Amino acid sequence: MSAPAHPRPIRVSIHALGGQGGGVLADWIVDLAEHAGYVAQATSVPGVAQRTGATVYYVELAAPAADGREPVLALMPIPGDVDLVIAAELMEAGRAIARGLVTPDRTTLVVSSHRVMAISEKSDMGDGTMDARRVLDAAQACAARLVMGDLDALAQRNGSVISATLFGAVAGSGVLPFPREAFEAAIERGGVGVAASRKAFAAAFDQAQGRAAPEPAAPKAKPAPAPHTAAALRQRLIETLPEAAWALAGLGIERCTDYQGQAYAGLYLERLAEIAGIDAQFGGAAFGWRLTCETARHLALWMTFEDVIRVADLKTRPARFARVRQDVRAGDGQIVHMSEFMHPRFDEACDTLPDAVGRRLKDSGVARRLFAGAFAEGRRVTTSRLGGFLLLFGLARLRRLRPASHRYRVETARIEAWLASATNAARADYDLGVEVIRLQRLVKGYGETHERGLRSYGAILQVLGGLVEHGGAAAAARTLAEAALKDETGRLLAREIERLGAPAMVQVPAL
Amino acid sequence: MAERSFAREVETLRAGEGETFRGEGILAVAKALLQSGVAYVGGYQGAPISHLMDVFSDAQGLLGELGVHFEQSASEAAAAAMLAASVNYPLRGAVTWKSTVGTNVASDALANVASGGVTGGALIIVGEDYGEGSSIMQERSHAFAMKSQIWLLDPRPNLQCVVDMVEHGFALSEASHTPVMLELRIRTCHLHGHFQAKDNRPSPFTLREAMENPRRDVERIVLPPMNFGHEHEKIDKRWPAAVDYIRRHGLNEVLAPVSERHADLGIIVQGGMYNTLMRALELLDLADGFGRADVPIYVMNVTYPLIDDEVTRFCADKRAVLVVEEGQPEFIEQALHAILRRADLQTKVVGKGALPRAGEYTGQVMKDGIESFLVAFAGRNRSAPTSPPPLSMADVPQRPPGFCTGCPERPVFTAMKLVQQELGPFHVSCDIGCHLFSILPPFNIGSTTMGYGLGWSGAAAFSDPNATKRTISVMGDGGFWHNGLASGVGGAVFNKSDSLLVIIDNGYSAATGGQDILSSRPGNVSRSTDHSIETAVRGVGVDWVRTIRTYDIGLMRKTLKEALTTPVKGPKVIVAQAECMLNRQRREKPLFNAAVKAGKRAVRQRFGVDEDVCTGDHSCIRLSGCPSLTVKPNPDPLRADPVAHVNNDCVGCGVCGEVAHAAVLCPSFFRADILFNPTGWDRFWTGLQLGLIGALQGWAERRRLARAA
Repeated sequence: MSAPAHPRPIRVSIHALGGQGGGVLADWIVDLAEHAGYVAQATSVPGVAQRTGATVYYVELAAPAADGREPVLALMPIPGDVDLVIAAELMEAGRAIARGLVTPDRTTLVVSSHRVMAISEKSDMGDGTMDARRVLDAAQACAARLVMGDLDALAQRNGSVISATLFGAVAGSGVLPFPREAFEAAIERGGVGVAASRKAFAAAFDQAQGRAAPEPAAPKAKPAPAPHTAAALRQRLIETLPEAAWALAGLGIERCTDYQGQAYAGLYLERLAEIAGIDAQFGGAAFGWRLTCETARHLALWMTFEDVIRVADLKTRPARFARVRQDVRAGDGQIVHMSEFMHPRFDEACDTLPDAVGRRLKDSGVARRLFAGAFAEGRRVTTSRLGGFLLLFGLARLRRLRPASHRYRVETARIEAWLASATNAARADYDLGVEVIRLQRLVKGYGETHERGLRSYGAILQVLGGLVEHGGAAAAARTLAEAALKDETGRLLAREIERLGAPAMVQVPAL
Repeated sequence: MAERSFAREVETLRAGEGETFRGEGILAVAKALLQSGVAYVGGYQGAPISHLMDVFSDAQGLLGELGVHFEQSASEAAAAAMLAASVNYPLRGAVTWKSTVGTNVASDALANVASGGVTGGALIIVGEDYGEGSSIMQERSHAFAMKSQIWLLDPRPNLQCVVDMVEHGFALSEASHTPVMLELRIRTCHLHGHFQAKDNRPSPFTLREAMENPRRDVERIVLPPMNFGHEHEKIDKRWPAAVDYIRRHGLNEVLAPVSERHADLGIIVQGGMYNTLMRALELLDLADGFGRADVPIYVMNVTYPLIDDEVTRFCADKRAVLVVEEGQPEFIEQALHAILRRADLQTKVVGKGALPRAGEYTGQVMKDGIESFLVAFAGRNRSAPTSPPPLSMADVPQRPPGFCTGCPERPVFTAMKLVQQELGPFHVSCDIGCHLFSILPPFNIGSTTMGYGLGWSGAAAFSDPNATKRTISVMGDGGFWHNGLASGVGGAVFNKSDSLLVIIDNGYSAATGGQDILSSRPGNVSRSTDHSIETAVRGVGVDWVRTIRTYDIGLMRKTLKEALTTPVKGPKVIVAQAECMLNRQRREKPLFNAAVKAGKRAVRQRFGVDEDVCTGDHSCIRLSGCPSLTVKPNPDPLRADPVAHVNNDCVGCGVCGEVAHAAVLCPSFFRADILFNPTGWDRFWTGLQLGLIGALQGWAERRRLARAA
């Protein structure tokens, strides 16, 4: 049809999560446009998605027609036909892109780069988070214009919520034909949290216009490793390990020192050096010294197993007190009390006792029954009060006695068996050795979680023993470890083991 | 009190003649009812018409002035039965619910009122929960209209048209003595737009007049022999009267083409699909943005009954017509075939085929369908396929709905999960409500859901006396009062069931927007609340009843275990009680902030995870799923897996800590008590303790650093 020229209504699609205030944002845009004489139509399909699901709000804004005719506006976005996509979270931008709503010929994409993890991502037993890079790349590739920043953090810094910063970024992007004052007037008319919203709006506006102060640099993961490493240990590290492993081994030394002391870090280095020697024998240089590097990481983690002493130590440190205050955004001088939720079991108590006593008690059904009552309920320990603090502080001071504890003996035996298995495996297949080392990541957590990890770990090792002769054992190890991390009931692992022709040995009760 | 307050919007309902009304679709319907002189309104909340109920709830003052009785009906059936007031009296009444689920429930009363017919206008406003955003089975309300011969209006999604149709709906109902159904799709209910307002008017005939001067007409009652007469009356009198009204008032619209280009083709469209159709035509360069197209269009704002001569006239000079009819079966398309066959017209009817047989007709689907039609009948070339987007849905995580932050229902399912770990899996029969999120990750609990209040009935067959396991059923307080008390609890008592029902008593019909129900907390001035579920359950004869605070996971777990293993036979009920957190926060947050502002001592609790104690297994998340319990990158460079993290949305409900205790998880969780406006004693005593603690920490820290040097 040879349509008479008329301004095309502006199509705006807002993608948010239930509770993020997508509706507020849509209301502001409608109000803004109506006050400018535009015909505004908005709609949404909230329903149960209001409860944490993904929601879409769709708005169309039509400039008044010269002849006063009413435009016919659509109720949902059509791929290739959207002028402005606003996403209140990175993956929601990804979803809009996947729906074809962001196209290089017309779409301005205003997106907050922060992540709100989906349940599938956070309930994974390992790392289930989706690849943000893919979405970022796609956004770069298919938006006509991209306005991106961590608008959630920006909102929080300004004491407001993300709808305000998104509105500011939209205003700053200049994609809607209304002046800044008109946006601010819409916030005023909204009448809720006006001052905070305006402040956040202004910050986002400036940022979108490229006039803002850069976002504060993300806090460094951790200061560089070396500073607290004793000179003698550092010297040994340099002498005994390939350079590729220095950084990780430095972290390992520091961790072991912090955990038990320099002598213990020495033991770590000794064990690691032995592996490095074997690595060299098997031509490790050609493999990028992966065996040594992975051992540097996983040995440090295993040697610093989380026993009662360690937890008590971490919980009572001054840095931890400060971190909690920061976490909960306590004001200067504001009183914050901390209660720890601890549920030590009979086994953890035995673990802490001297080996001879702890082992016997653990095996004794009588003792277990006798003390059952004492360990039946969880405890709440308030570390910000003297009584609770002293209890944990006292436990932490048992560090010196740790090497005599039952748990220490058990873990030492496990570590040595593990390193021996890895060495044997590497002899047959370098990659398999690396994979055996990496199995340490299955053994984590506390109590029942830790036991489940150990069972999976043991079962996989046993299966691998039978596969060493055949090729593909390294790949099998990876598959099995993934299966163990995918299903906490252990059924998937049992199935995978069966598939590999080995009997299903793991019977891991559900968690 | 409902989740959303319309106190502000309610004022706009007072708009008078000549004013422009701006607002949400559902609000426009409310306004149209008042303009139509409605005498009574009832309904049952549910998306997408919850707001209609909420608006009327908040508009008690205005309704009082106009003499309108508003009832939050006990169920859709109860709402439909209200229409009985229009049978004998010239009273206009409207009822509303979520469809098709609500229409299912209402069918009994609807069929009765449709059979006997009405004197005053009876309007049924159904929120058609179909397509994106829907939470129910994908069916059509159309079938209900057809089976009971209730006229079905499907207005264009334009507030003026919707409002006009509400007014016509009453008049049509009166002209044909038939109840009329107004179908509003999700997006139309939530549509912000505008229309020209008229004055509200009170009903010329009042409820009081009816109550004081009762009338009866035995002809209107569904009993033999009148019921046989009703059927004939429907066909012989009411139908022709309706057709006559629809035709005379031009409720359906014929849009003439603006060019000769495709004048020999036509599109027949349901009113509700009109805007999507016009946008699709615009994108195909067949329409402008103002409703002028190259193809003739017949817009059916009334989708039942069809007006045979309007249809034949539209089709007579066309080679082919495309029927745009969302959902299935394609009743309209089938009827068109019959009408054209009877009129011996050879016009091709294309509908399902060019358009998909099932699923929502989105803009893209519509565009593709029209193009297929034009390729077949107008020799149009198919447009080049566009390149696929650089991401697919597999690149982004799914976001199933889940329990809100701090939701009191979550710990019930945590406890259930823990019990199943101990005793093995149980058959769990679910109901409708927020608690149905249990079927999704991370809980994965529940096998079936058969309808609102039907949780316990859904497990009724599992009554083998030799079975070694009992079944668990779940029901919300909303479903319980809707019909669960009679059908579920009554049925279980009468049939000597030996199974367990868990009633989630959070004080509101939470999933539909937090409306009050019988057992809501006291304080609702216009309704009688605070009626105990336990008393009701005992009243119908359940002896084994326990009321437990949901957040006490340990006790909940123990009680569930007891209920599932006790040798005591008979129906067992656990009332799991704690207020909906959304409502609680809405009430308490402002009070808390005001107290802090006024300088009163106040404590805010929230939870946290020690990132260096957490090992990244995420068991806690699999037992909770709280939105504020999430993960963040591990700050420890040696560890790869993300650590659990409690974000600042935490409301301090305590479930994290309870889970850590009950499931013996890990010592990473802590609760922080943040003190506002501390007293002098607080300062002194805490200061003293922290001073000593600080000294000890300083000493230990020096030794730790020395150890490393």
